[in-house]
Amino acid sequence: MELSKVIHAFYTDDEVLLDAVKAVKAKHHHIEEVFCPFPVHGLDKAMGLAPTRLAITAFLYGITGLSVAIWLTNYIMINDWPQDIGGKPNFTWWANMPAFVPIMFELTVFFAAHLMVITFYMRSRIWPFKEAENPDPRTTDDHFLMEIPVHNNEAELTELLTNTGAVEINIVDKH
Amino acid sequence: MYQFSGKLKIFSLALIVLGALGIAFSFYSGSQMTVESAKEIIANQSHGNTHGTSHDKVVKSHSATKEHDTSGSHAGTGNIDKEMSAHGAHGDDSHAEHVLHQLQNRPWSAFYVALFFFLGTTLLVLAFYAAQRVAQSGWSIVLFRVMEAITANLVPVSILMLVFIGLTVGHYNHMFSWMTPGTFDPTSENYDAIVDGKSWWMNVPGWAIRSVVYLLLWNLYRWFIRRNSIAEDTANDGFKTYKKNYNASVIFLFIFMITESMMSWDWIMGLDPHWFSTLFGWYVLATLLVSALTIIAFVTIYLRSKGALPKVNDSHIHDLAKFMFGFSVFWTYLWFAQFMLIWYADIPEETTYFLARFNEYKLPFLGMVVMNFVFPVLLLLNSDFKSVPWFVIIGGIVILGGHYVDVFIMVMPATVGGQWFFGIPEISALLFFLGIFIYTVFSAFAKANAVPLGNPFLQESEHFHYYNIEHKGEGSADHH
Repeated sequence: MELSKVIHAFYTDDEVLLDAVKAVKAKHHHIEEVFCPFPVHGLDKAMGLAPTRLAITAFLYGITGLSVAIWLTNYIMINDWPQDIGGKPNFTWWANMPAFVPIMFELTVFFAAHLMVITFYMRSRIWPFKEAENPDPRTTDDHFLMEIPVHNNEAELTELLTNTGAVEINIVDKH
Repeated sequence: MYQFSGKLKIFSLALIVLGALGIAFSFYSGSQMTVESAKEIIANQSHGNTHGTSHDKVVKSHSATKEHDTSGSHAGTGNIDKEMSAHGAHGDDSHAEHVLHQLQNRPWSAFYVALFFFLGTTLLVLAFYAAQRVAQSGWSIVLFRVMEAITANLVPVSILMLVFIGLTVGHYNHMFSWMTPGTFDPTSENYDAIVDGKSWWMNVPGWAIRSVVYLLLWNLYRWFIRRNSIAEDTANDGFKTYKKNYNASVIFLFIFMITESMMSWDWIMGLDPHWFSTLFGWYVLATLLVSALTIIAFVTIYLRSKGALPKVNDSHIHDLAKFMFGFSVFWTYLWFAQFMLIWYADIPEETTYFLARFNEYKLPFLGMVVMNFVFPVLLLLNSDFKSVPWFVIIGGIVILGGHYVDVFIMVMPATVGGQWFFGIPEISALLFFLGIFIYTVFSAFAKANAVPLGNPFLQESEHFHYYNIEHKGEGSADHH
C-alpha cells in the first residue's frame, strides 16, 4: 500500500484549538481527526460533524423493551397459566395491567440503556484488548492534536497551522 | 417597557364579565332545584346503569336501603358513605335529597375547581420562582419578571378563596360533607363516628383559621419578594438586597412545603372525609407544578412574540419545555404510585375513592393519563421540538387541559358524584378566572422593568445556551 502523509499539529489550549479548527475549515482543508484529552464543547459543530443518532436508537430500543415486557407478562400470567394469585384478575392482560407496569417500565429502561451502550461501543469500535489508536500519548494528558492529510501542500499547511498557534507540527507517514 | 395593550385589557374584561354572567346563571338555576326536580332527573336516568354505578358508595347504601329499609343504621357498608349516612334516614326521599345536594353543589364545585386550579398554579409559579432563587440558577433570571407578574394573580384568587371559605363556613354550600351539622354529635342522626374521630383536625374553626393562614403566608412572601426584587434593580448595595431575597425564599420554600401539604388535605382531601392517602400532598403539588411551568412557558412565548422579552432566547424555551416534560412524567409517577398501591391492596376503605372515579368518570379519568403523560412524552421527547414555540404551545394546551381535568376529578366525585357534566357552570368559571389571570398578570408585567438588572446572574442568563439546539436566525458558525 502506498504511503500517505498526514500533518500532526499540537495545541495546548482548547480555545486555541477551536479557533484553529475554524481557520482550517475556512480554508477548506479536510480535518481527518482531532484528538483531545477531554470533551471540547462546540468542537463537533466547528468541525461540521453530523449530529448523533444514538438517541433515536435508544428510543427504538425502549419500544422494543416495552414490547418484550408486554409479551412476557401476557404470555406468562394470562395465556400460559392464569392462576388466581391473591385475587388478582387474570382474565385479560388489561385487567391486571397495573401490576405489570413496574416490569414494563424497568424493561423499557433496561433495553434502551444497555442496547444503546452496546450500539455506542460498536459504532465507536471500542472493545476490550483493542489496540489504542492514539498517535501521541500526550493527547490523553494536556495536548490537543489535529490531523490533516497532506496532498503536496506541506508548506502551505505548515504555515497555516503555525499561524493558528500550534506548538508543534510534525509530518508523519501513515499506512 | 411593556405596554398592556387596550385590546388585551378589553378581552380580559370581556372574559370576566362573560364568566361572571355564566356563574350567576348557574347559581340561579342551581338554587331553583328542588327535591321534585331531583326526582325527575333520577327518573330520566336509567337507574341501574348510569346511576347505580354513579356512586360506589351509593350502590352499597342502596342495597342496604332495599334490604333493611333502614338506611340510617347501615353500620358496616354505610360508614364508607358520609353523605348517605347523613341524609339516609329519611326513607324514600333520601335518594332524591342526596341527588338534590349534588345538583346544588354543581355551580359551587365548578367555581371551586377553576378557583383552586388558578390559585394552585399561581402559587406553584411562586414556589418555582423561589426555588430558582434558592438554587441560584443561571438560566432563568431573564424570566424572573414573567414569573413575578404571574404571581400577581395570587392576590385576586386568594381574595376569592377567602370569600369561598367564608361562604362554606357559613353553610351556604354542601361541598364539605363533614361540615354538616350534627356530624360530631352522637345523638344526631347525622352522626358519623369515623369523621368524629378526625374532628381534632377536621373542625370548622380549625379549617377556616388554617386556610386563612396559608393564604396570608403565601401572599406575604409574594408581596415581599416582588417589592424587593424591584428594589434589587437599583439597590447597588453589594448584593445585600439580593441576599435578603435569597433568605426570604429559603424560608418561604420551607413554609410552602408544609402549607402546601396541609392545604391539599384541607381543601381537596377533606372533600372525601372517609378517605386518606399519604402522598396526596405531593400529587397535588405535581399536578400544579407542571401546570405552573406550562403557564410560565405560555406567558413567556406570548410576551417574547410581542418583543417584550428581548433577552429570552430559544434555549430558555427549551429549558421550560424540558421542565414541562420532566414534571409531566413526575406527575404520572405519583398518580400511578397512588393508584397502583390502592388498586393492588384493594382495601375497601381506600378503594372506594378510585371506584367512584373509575365508574362515573371513566373518560376523563383515563383521558387525563393520555393528556398528561402519553401526549407530552411523545411530543416533547425530541430535543429539537422543545425549542419550537408552536410545539410547546400545542403540548402545553393538552397539559393544561389534562391537569384541569385532574383537579376536576379530585373535586367533583365527592361533591356532585354522578351528576357531573362539563357545561356552562364549568366553562364560565374557567373564563372568569382566565380573564382575571390575563388582567392581573399583564398589568403587573407592565409595571416593572422586564429585565431584573440587579441580579448577579443576569449576564449568565442572557447568554444561556443549551449546546444541543440552534437558535432561530443563527447558523452553526455562531456556536461558541
